[in-house]
Amino acid sequence: MAVVSDKVNLSSMPAVRRRTSPAFDQGFRWASYGSALIVLSVLAGIIGTMMYGGWPAFREFGFGFITSSAWNVGKDQYGAWVAIAGTLTSALIALVIGVPISLGIAIFLTQLCPPWLRRPVSTVIELLAAVPSIIYGMWGLFVFAPLFAKYVQMPLTSIVEGMPILGTVLYARVPSGVGMMTAGIILAIMIIPFIASITRDILDQIPTVLRESAYGIGCTTWEVVRHVLLPQAGVSIIGAVMLGLGRALGETMAVTFVIGNANRLSLSLFDPSSTIASRIANEFNEASGMQMNALLALGCILFVVTFIVLALARLLIARVKTH
Amino acid sequence: MDTVAAYNHSGAATPPSWGRVRRSRYVADRALKIICTLFTALGAFALGWILLMLLVEGIGGLSPAVFTETTPGPGTEGGGIANAIVGSLILTVLGILVATPIGVLAGTYLAEYGKGSKLAAVIRFVNDILLAAPSILIGLFVYMLMVEPMGGYSGWAGGVALAIIAVPVIVRSTEDMLRLVPGSLREAGAALGAPMSTVIVKISWKAARAGMVTGVILATARIAGETAPLLFTALNNSFWFSPNLMGGVSNLPVTIYQFALAPYQNWRELAWAGALIITLSILALSIVARLLLKKDQVR
Repeated sequence: MAVVSDKVNLSSMPAVRRRTSPAFDQGFRWASYGSALIVLSVLAGIIGTMMYGGWPAFREFGFGFITSSAWNVGKDQYGAWVAIAGTLTSALIALVIGVPISLGIAIFLTQLCPPWLRRPVSTVIELLAAVPSIIYGMWGLFVFAPLFAKYVQMPLTSIVEGMPILGTVLYARVPSGVGMMTAGIILAIMIIPFIASITRDILDQIPTVLRESAYGIGCTTWEVVRHVLLPQAGVSIIGAVMLGLGRALGETMAVTFVIGNANRLSLSLFDPSSTIASRIANEFNEASGMQMNALLALGCILFVVTFIVLALARLLIARVKTH
Repeated sequence: MDTVAAYNHSGAATPPSWGRVRRSRYVADRALKIICTLFTALGAFALGWILLMLLVEGIGGLSPAVFTETTPGPGTEGGGIANAIVGSLILTVLGILVATPIGVLAGTYLAEYGKGSKLAAVIRFVNDILLAAPSILIGLFVYMLMVEPMGGYSGWAGGVALAIIAVPVIVRSTEDMLRLVPGSLREAGAALGAPMSTVIVKISWKAARAGMVTGVILATARIAGETAPLLFTALNNSFWFSPNLMGGVSNLPVTIYQFALAPYQNWRELAWAGALIITLSILALSIVARLLLKKDQVR
């Protein structure tokens, strides 16, 4: 309302001020057009730089760059496999832990939560996304890792020792709390707010009538969630999960703190490893020559993977969400 | 609906009307409710734990010297993080100053000029990708774009890197808020003979103002704690940086990163103090942004 009256007042202003010059009008249009193009060129710039910078490494090592697990600065031999495997594994752990919790939070917020509690709880979950990643790193390294080592790794290691598969996967050679599993857990906490808030919005968009009719024929909350809400929202929830995956793949600082930064391929989830992002963060400033090209090539791989994941996320979410 | 929900909340034991409900259905239903509530409590617990850790570890390190003295060199006693705090403020303000005009104008293009066009759809898609793109890659990009050609690290490169992270946030919120402005307002303006730019500036922007400001504040909160893009652009140093912002510019996130992992006791204390300062500022900004939006009742 206020806006309308403002506009009416405008017409009573002196005639000189009323006229916007056509030049300004055109200039404004071009400025907004140009700004929109800047957004486009930034993305093109990122992919261009990564390809330009990584090209020498791709040319030198060929396809072997992706499959080789060597990373030897002295011999100038580089391969991406350890970092790629570390990135994928840590992100996968994050999803396995984070997705059920996120869905639980979204269901609580939309179905179970009393109305007065909804806003504060939503805010708390969203604030988890505002905490800087370096703080997660410090929490992970100084608070979580020691507890994790003492109460999970050490007891678990003594239990599984000697067992066929578990004895390898869950065996901690050095129970320091630092490693792949810790990175995955920290990443899970970091992606929860993103997945939870998008899923909450998706569930909110499902027409209330559907829910009410299910309750009306005597369904329990579980049956409403399982047979009405999830089928309705299914594809979009997968989109939300993909968005979380995109975040987990590229997360840098928190992972750099807790993953241990070792270039070693290990079957144990408790062993230190590294991800693409953590390796770039650790080595780029001291790198030169081929090492720098190899790191940029790693960046290129990370970009392509996250681009695909995020693009899929966007397409899946868009199916239901029409603004 | 409310009565149904309230009903489902109430019964701790099986309500009378559940008489014909099979036990397994009841158990599944109870399990869902308990697990969902537990998970939510877990999320809140994580935030509480992190804040508590920061308070416990950070308050001990807070002293006037933290805000007045520069970062200490290796092995020296005492010191503060004054240069890092000021450096972070400068980089963040620089980033927001660059990002706000670009973000607002690009968002305006998406919501007003390009509405429904193919180009707008592509840019919206690209913007969503940038919104979640790994921030370390933005650091690499700006390193190649500015640091290498300019021959050294600089605050300008750091500001641009932060701006690239802020722009998508501002574009998204601007577009979303402008879309909430009813078309009839624009038509009324156009009917009075106002050119498109006047309609946008004096009607659309004015109506969406609170939401757009919220977007800028959220973008500020987002970039204030970013570390990864600064590692290769603004870097860090332990002195007051030169006024032309060339060379390394000290900043809080990278200082925290370096100090937290250092073997010196006073460095670690400063890192915790810095972590407390930066997190509280960011959470305060995020809460202010939310309150602002709520007050305006746009959503």
